[in-house]
Amino acid sequence: MCTVCGCSDLVTADGKVMSHDEAHRLGLAHHHAPAFQPAAPALPFPHVQATGHQHHDHHHYGHGPAGVSVPGMTQERLIEVETSILAKNDSIAQANRRVLNALGVLALNLVSSPGSGKTTLLCKTIEALGDAPLAVIEGDQQTSADADRIRATGARAIQINTGKGCHLDAQMVGHAIDQLRPRPSSFLFIENVGNLVCPAGFDLGEDAKVAILSVTEGEDKPLKYPDMFTAARLAILTKLDLAPHCDVDLAAYEANLRRVNPGIEILRLSTRTGEGMEGWLTWLQARLAEKSA
Amino acid sequence: MHEMSLAEGIRTIVQDQARAHGFTRVKTLRLEIGRFAGVEKPALEFAFDVVMRGSPAEGARLEMIDLPGRALCYDCMTTVDITERLDPCPLCGGGKLIPNGGDEMRIKDMEVA
Repeated sequence: MCTVCGCSDLVTADGKVMSHDEAHRLGLAHHHAPAFQPAAPALPFPHVQATGHQHHDHHHYGHGPAGVSVPGMTQERLIEVETSILAKNDSIAQANRRVLNALGVLALNLVSSPGSGKTTLLCKTIEALGDAPLAVIEGDQQTSADADRIRATGARAIQINTGKGCHLDAQMVGHAIDQLRPRPSSFLFIENVGNLVCPAGFDLGEDAKVAILSVTEGEDKPLKYPDMFTAARLAILTKLDLAPHCDVDLAAYEANLRRVNPGIEILRLSTRTGEGMEGWLTWLQARLAEKSA
Repeated sequence: MHEMSLAEGIRTIVQDQARAHGFTRVKTLRLEIGRFAGVEKPALEFAFDVVMRGSPAEGARLEMIDLPGRALCYDCMTTVDITERLDPCPLCGGGKLIPNGGDEMRIKDMEVA
């Protein structure tokens, strides 16, 4: 978005193009563009059962708004609105959270700059978790490369392409959850678009944001992009094996993370050597146990 | 940060309000924007003009009201007003502050016809 993000997708229903919400409001079965493949409806995924959505495992977004003006009164007056601009996203995020809570699913929103190693960490995590039930939602502007990498591990994954959008929003994730139908007491990893700015502001319905920061990015990044690290519960310093080669000051990374978020938890990890993986897996299992309790 | 989709959020709310209250035109729309909301005001003004075309808020005047930045200082455990995100605590000089106000982005009210 950054300047062009169309987060509100258009659909075709009853032969007309209209906003997604409008189609829901009118109770019309509708199709996204491009056409999606059918999926059988099942509880508790409201989008699927209520509207007969058709989906495949690769979702596209990036369409603009649909305009409707409504005739009415002409009397001048002041209307108190007091509504958050992101109210729509936040209410969909809450709906996602209710679905995930009911299932005892631990949903983690993985955020970072591009190239920090999110997908590699996910692949190694999936391998290490073995038979634990999990699903992955992959967000990128283009390509299904990351979902392909995740599927190669045997895990279920849906790729969302945001088009020109710079972040995932709650509606995109809601549709993906509808289709993935996470199993009870499972992990749901949501890999956001690589971007240290925009994803901070969009609640997806997750339990926590996990910020990935590779040690080659620079100790000052938490100070330069404070919103993301403030919003995160856990920060993972990745590519730890490169630290000795890059004059990295790990203490400075941690001090800067704690400066913008005094309560943040921090793990150090290398997927290459496996160092720190155990701490990460322990953290995951502890959060899942809390969720299922 | 993503002013175009914020403008689309505003448009959705305007259209919902127009249906609910039966108005056809917004003359003035007032937003409250927190200091730490990450909103670039000139970018939002530009996006507003573009995105509101064809909606009841086309041509509406956009007013933005600033709300202060607030943070909890982890050293003296007091909520303080700060101007910049990385400012030290004005009371104790501590450097560990977590924002707890100032991220607002909301439509306060609309003058409609």
